[in-house]
Amino acid sequence: MKQLGTESNIKLIDEKGLRIDGRSPEELRPIKIEVDVLNRADGSALIEWGGNKILAAVYGPREAYPKHNQDINKAIVKARYNMEAYSVDERKRPGPDRRSMEISKVLSEALETAIMVEQFPRAQIDVFIEVMQADAGTRIAGLTAASVALAAAGIPMRDFVAGCTAGKVDGQIVLDLCKEEDNFGQADLPIAIMPKSGRIVLLQMDGDLTVEEVEKATGMIMGAIKKIAEIQRNALLTKFSVTQTEGGE
Amino acid sequence: MTMPRDEAGILSEIKRGYILRLLKEGKRADGRAKDQVREATIVTNYLPRASGSAMVTMGKTRVLAGIKIETGEPFPDTPNQGVLTTNVEMLPIAFPTFESGPPNEDAIELSRVVDRGIRESKMIDLQKLVIEPAKKVWIVFIDINVLDYDGNLIDACSLGAVAALKTAIVPGAAEGDKDFPLPTNLTPISVTMVKIGDELVVDPDLEEEQIASGRLTVTTSEDGHVRAMQKGEPGFFTLEEVRKAISISSNVGKTVREKYFR
Repeated sequence: MKQLGTESNIKLIDEKGLRIDGRSPEELRPIKIEVDVLNRADGSALIEWGGNKILAAVYGPREAYPKHNQDINKAIVKARYNMEAYSVDERKRPGPDRRSMEISKVLSEALETAIMVEQFPRAQIDVFIEVMQADAGTRIAGLTAASVALAAAGIPMRDFVAGCTAGKVDGQIVLDLCKEEDNFGQADLPIAIMPKSGRIVLLQMDGDLTVEEVEKATGMIMGAIKKIAEIQRNALLTKFSVTQTEGGE
Repeated sequence: MTMPRDEAGILSEIKRGYILRLLKEGKRADGRAKDQVREATIVTNYLPRASGSAMVTMGKTRVLAGIKIETGEPFPDTPNQGVLTTNVEMLPIAFPTFESGPPNEDAIELSRVVDRGIRESKMIDLQKLVIEPAKKVWIVFIDINVLDYDGNLIDACSLGAVAALKTAIVPGAAEGDKDFPLPTNLTPISVTMVKIGDELVVDPDLEEEQIASGRLTVTTSEDGHVRAMQKGEPGFFTLEEVRKAISISSNVGKTVREKYFR
């Protein structure tokens, strides 16, 4: 696991209070979502979030296999978070590792909470998250894209799942950490929420935060989630909205 | 996926109703208060040949934590620090559906959450574990085995790891130095809660875990700072519940620390 709070001489916040990439403490990086970018998948989405480039693809609901995995009451949701070899500075050995297995688990659980799994007994919904380029916050960016891909696949959900991180950098709480901030910051707090209800479906934290700092960080995230959900909504509207024109002869 | 369950593990509807009804009256099946942890016994130095060890019993959950400290190379990006690794095995002797073989995602999440609390609280002073910078450092292996499963493995394993680390000896004599106690600072305590209905229940037993929706672990240190959090299992928490969980963890953590690590 990456060591937080590693000493460095890099100054992450300048005298004007601006961050290493020029953002203010509560500013998100640019986010762009494109829907149905793959042909075969039942639903897919490409998210570009800062330097992150992540594909999410959904297959299902389909019969759960092997059969002993079937749940007679609901569909099982299997998310697989995968970092591609060239996605990070130093080549990552392909295939699952302990980090990606833990992330896959918490992402599956977050999505299962939002999906109306009770409508699909014995079924399985597969969600594949492929990190093509990583720039901090990959799990919540992947989750945000996955939620759009699920909607594009026509899978009934209680709400979107939108995620964001906050963290501590040079002793300050900031929103949406970039790579340098993630590497050399003092805390990282990824959260994913169902925006309409404010229900938290994913929450992790590591580092060192006081209770007040947690409060400040969660407050920032809650504000940002609304913007992110709007981007998700617009991405789907762009793809699926029907433009009505006056009919000709 | 949730913790493995077997026939005996699937709760009958009657039992489920009973637990829910009791909770509405603020009670639990074993008589505990909602924010009360089970009585724990910790036997440190259970295995004198290990560098440190602790047998922890929490209700009917039992885990054995063992520490081995050996020399090795540091990570290239942290040449002036020792190395910490944590692994938890959910042994097949602990529950009918636990299987031998490589760790599954439950065991991986478990060991990573335990690791995070210890690492992020900087409990172990890794800078004091350097023999020759960039070349040779002490590697602290925390290996935890689950012997009996009756809920809340995260807290049982964390408690075991912390207790074992506090009694661990670095075998310095083998390196021409003297043996010395593992240098430790803060004491992280993880407190896990599950949500049953609208209630947060601390230190759930297996039956409570099985009817719960959502699990939340908050690890604090004695300075009151939050060092690690993890939400697990399907289900959700409101921000209000997260705030409450942090405050419960801080309070329960204080009690646990005073009781077992004074």
